[in-house]
Amino acid sequence: MSRPTLFALQVLVAVVCIVLWQVLSTVPVFGKILLPPFFFSNPLDVFSQIVKWFASGVIWKHLAITLTESILAFVIGSLGGVLIGFWFARQPLVAAVFDPYVKMVNALPRVVLAPIFALWLGLGIWSKVALGVTLVFFIVFFNVYQGVKEVSRTVLDNGRMLGMSERQLMRHVYWPSALSWMFSSLHTSVGFAVVGAVVGEYLGSAAGLGYLIQQAEGVFDVAGVFAGMFVLSAFVILIDYGVTLVERRLLVWRPTVDGRG
Amino acid sequence: MSTPTAVALEDAKVAFRLGDGRVYTAVEKAHLTVAQGEFVAIVGPTGCGKSTLLNVAAGLLKPAAGSVRIFDQPLAGLNRDAGYLFQADALFPWKTALDNVAIGLEVQGTPRTEALARAQQWLTSVGLGAFAGRYPHMLSGGQRKRVALAQVLIRDPKILLMDEPFGPLDAQTRQVMGNLLLDLWSADRKAVLFVTHDLEEAIALADRVVIMSAGPSSRIIGDWRVGLARPRDIFEVRLDKEFHELHREIWSVLKDEVMKGYAQSTQAAEAV
Repeated sequence: MSRPTLFALQVLVAVVCIVLWQVLSTVPVFGKILLPPFFFSNPLDVFSQIVKWFASGVIWKHLAITLTESILAFVIGSLGGVLIGFWFARQPLVAAVFDPYVKMVNALPRVVLAPIFALWLGLGIWSKVALGVTLVFFIVFFNVYQGVKEVSRTVLDNGRMLGMSERQLMRHVYWPSALSWMFSSLHTSVGFAVVGAVVGEYLGSAAGLGYLIQQAEGVFDVAGVFAGMFVLSAFVILIDYGVTLVERRLLVWRPTVDGRG
Repeated sequence: MSTPTAVALEDAKVAFRLGDGRVYTAVEKAHLTVAQGEFVAIVGPTGCGKSTLLNVAAGLLKPAAGSVRIFDQPLAGLNRDAGYLFQADALFPWKTALDNVAIGLEVQGTPRTEALARAQQWLTSVGLGAFAGRYPHMLSGGQRKRVALAQVLIRDPKILLMDEPFGPLDAQTRQVMGNLLLDLWSADRKAVLFVTHDLEEAIALADRVVIMSAGPSSRIIGDWRVGLARPRDIFEVRLDKEFHELHREIWSVLKDEVMKGYAQSTQAAEAV
């Protein structure tokens, strides 16, 4: 299928959904409105809410906060994941000792940590960053750990036979292998950084997209909730696109599915 | 012998501890020497421990008994005089062909610009001058082998260890690669230990062909000198009468071992 056709079909889906939503929430069917405005609002209200946010400029502050939190969570979580992942993979004893605890912490639903972080770190951005870090860290950690462990035996032997020292093996073999695994999970970890930030804001904060949604919900402003959700999805799609660009740049050496790099 | 010995395995025995605690003896009392400038091929049935023996010479594996001497010095740790060409793909997938070749010099501390310049020369001499910027996955199997060959040779090792290097390639590419190898080798005649399961390839390339018995506990059971004139062309040497006689002679010994090895591997499969 050609790109324009595909794009047209994709737009069509959105248009159909929005029109259905608009019609069902405003025009009575058999004397009854199927989507009561109190619970479902309607696309026009949601749209005007979004326009209002952007026109007045309130939204930028919230977007900036959420973006800052996400980036901090991603950077700190990735750094920690890479370092600990490397360390565990190179020191099997350490990995074995900590294994049950890593599993235990990873099994914990992170939402329950939010109140604790709020207590420890206050209602500012750092409690949200902490929540995001706990999500990002484990994804990166497991991937790096796997990446270092699964370095091809032959490539490793080749490095040794080419005269590499332990440090050079680190730099030329283990490190690129671990990074490639980390980057393969980039989309997931960036997504989780945003989730951490927004959930943290939702549970207690004074700014951010999560806060905006929570505020609207608190006064039964359904249009505000939907507007917040749409802005959030657009925000995530933009970030994801950025990740794709970075990925293409960094993973040129990797074969793509269709066999062309 | 007047020429110095590059590799000497004396009564080398290699054993592995299996998962269930038993000890598997792969190679028993192997005695093998490679003189300087000599091209020795090891041929044997599948699973006879040819590659194991090569790994011992490389220092990647420690013999359970016996000794390994490299230029009359006992080998401790990795064999720093040797270059190793692996059977499987061993290129660094995250480096371009050029960087893959240059890395051998870079780890020795050669400045990067110089390393890259010499790597480019080596790529040209293996016929891949125009492919310097490609990553391994963009190259064909034969091209990857050429890069691997350049990667090993750029370090100018005194000994070349090759573990069925052309095994994964198709028949024509193997012959082309064989000729390329002979060309490059004839320039400075390194000591070569070449493992293969292909007797024809062994006779066509080597000065000496060594036959191993079927495993486990395989031994070296034959050692033939190949008198064919050099320089050789792999395509033509196979038509030579001497080649045929030698082939028949060695095959009469090798055949039994191949059958034995085959029988054992099928039995082992049935036992599982």
